[in-house]
Amino acid sequence: MNTQPSIEERLWDYIDGRSSQDEIITIERLIENDEEWKATYRKLTGMNEALHLTELEQPSLRFTKNIMEKIAAFSISPKAITYINKKIIWSIGAFFILVITSLLIYAFTRVEWSANGKTSLPFNPGNIHVENLFNSTYLYIFMMVNVVLGLMLLDKYLQRKKVKHESQGQI
Amino acid sequence: MQTGLNDTELISRILLGEQQLYEQLIRRYQDYVFTLTFRVIKNREDAEEVAQDVFIKAFRSLNNFKGLSKFSTWLYAIVHNTCITFLRKKELEIYSMDNENIFAKVNSQHSPFDANELEQKARIAMANKAIGLLSQDDAEIITLFYKAEQSLEEISNILCIETNAVKVRLHRARIRLKEKMEKHFAEEVKDLN
Repeated sequence: MNTQPSIEERLWDYIDGRSSQDEIITIERLIENDEEWKATYRKLTGMNEALHLTELEQPSLRFTKNIMEKIAAFSISPKAITYINKKIIWSIGAFFILVITSLLIYAFTRVEWSANGKTSLPFNPGNIHVENLFNSTYLYIFMMVNVVLGLMLLDKYLQRKKVKHESQGQI
Repeated sequence: MQTGLNDTELISRILLGEQQLYEQLIRRYQDYVFTLTFRVIKNREDAEEVAQDVFIKAFRSLNNFKGLSKFSTWLYAIVHNTCITFLRKKELEIYSMDNENIFAKVNSQHSPFDANELEQKARIAMANKAIGLLSQDDAEIITLFYKAEQSLEEISNILCIETNAVKVRLHRARIRLKEKMEKHFAEEVKDLN
């Protein structure tokens, strides 16, 4: 695969002012002495000039007025960062920490600590009976708390959606 | 009403409640935004609708403009995303480089190359028509670079691609533009030499 930049590529860099000082000197010498470089340079500068001079399209006369009429019904949205309720973030964080901690405790207590008959821990993890912590009552409480949290988040989401729809309907 | 305020000053005052000043921002950028949408969407009515949508979106999100880039760069990113969304929704025919039908359309229009027209005007018209023959991606990058006067770094922010990729895309777009010019406007291209 040829990775050498072509004449045109080098000339475009030169025209755009992105060539290094050494490259500028080399290219200027080539344009002066090499017919192919000279012809290509002329063509590209002509094209470059035409592109710079192309005129902008203009929208209809009512363009600005239309937009101003439409935005009259809108207010500027608050910064995205302010949508995010910090309490929700903290709740989600706390939930995950709780889940991870519970899983770690559960995992540690399932380890066969008596393999070498000794433990360096100040207590015997084998005596902790996780089954008692994860009995149906605790599990139901845990699930209920999560369901309530989920419903609260859903409610907030639906409220926000309703407000958004109402503001759009005002146009 | 022109107050001579720069973009940042205008935005600060709009955010403080002077909503009517937004009109100045629209007037300042409407031709650039419309040219971009028109060159990408290639239909005047749709382009105008999308351009209006861009300014409405920009107004509603003005609070999120952090001033880390130029306002124009931020605005053109909205143009890019809105055009993409529009094209996906409408499933518009994307004009390819080799679509000869477009050339037929161009030829069916009134030719601007009258004998007594200034040479420069002919060149500009040719460049405009040749851009019209490009694919939406090529037309967009050419317009951003030449008309919207965005640097490669700014275009990379607008299109969410690496600066090197922008450089490559721009180079390829220029090659294709040159090919279009040579193929369809051979006589005018001779004048470029």
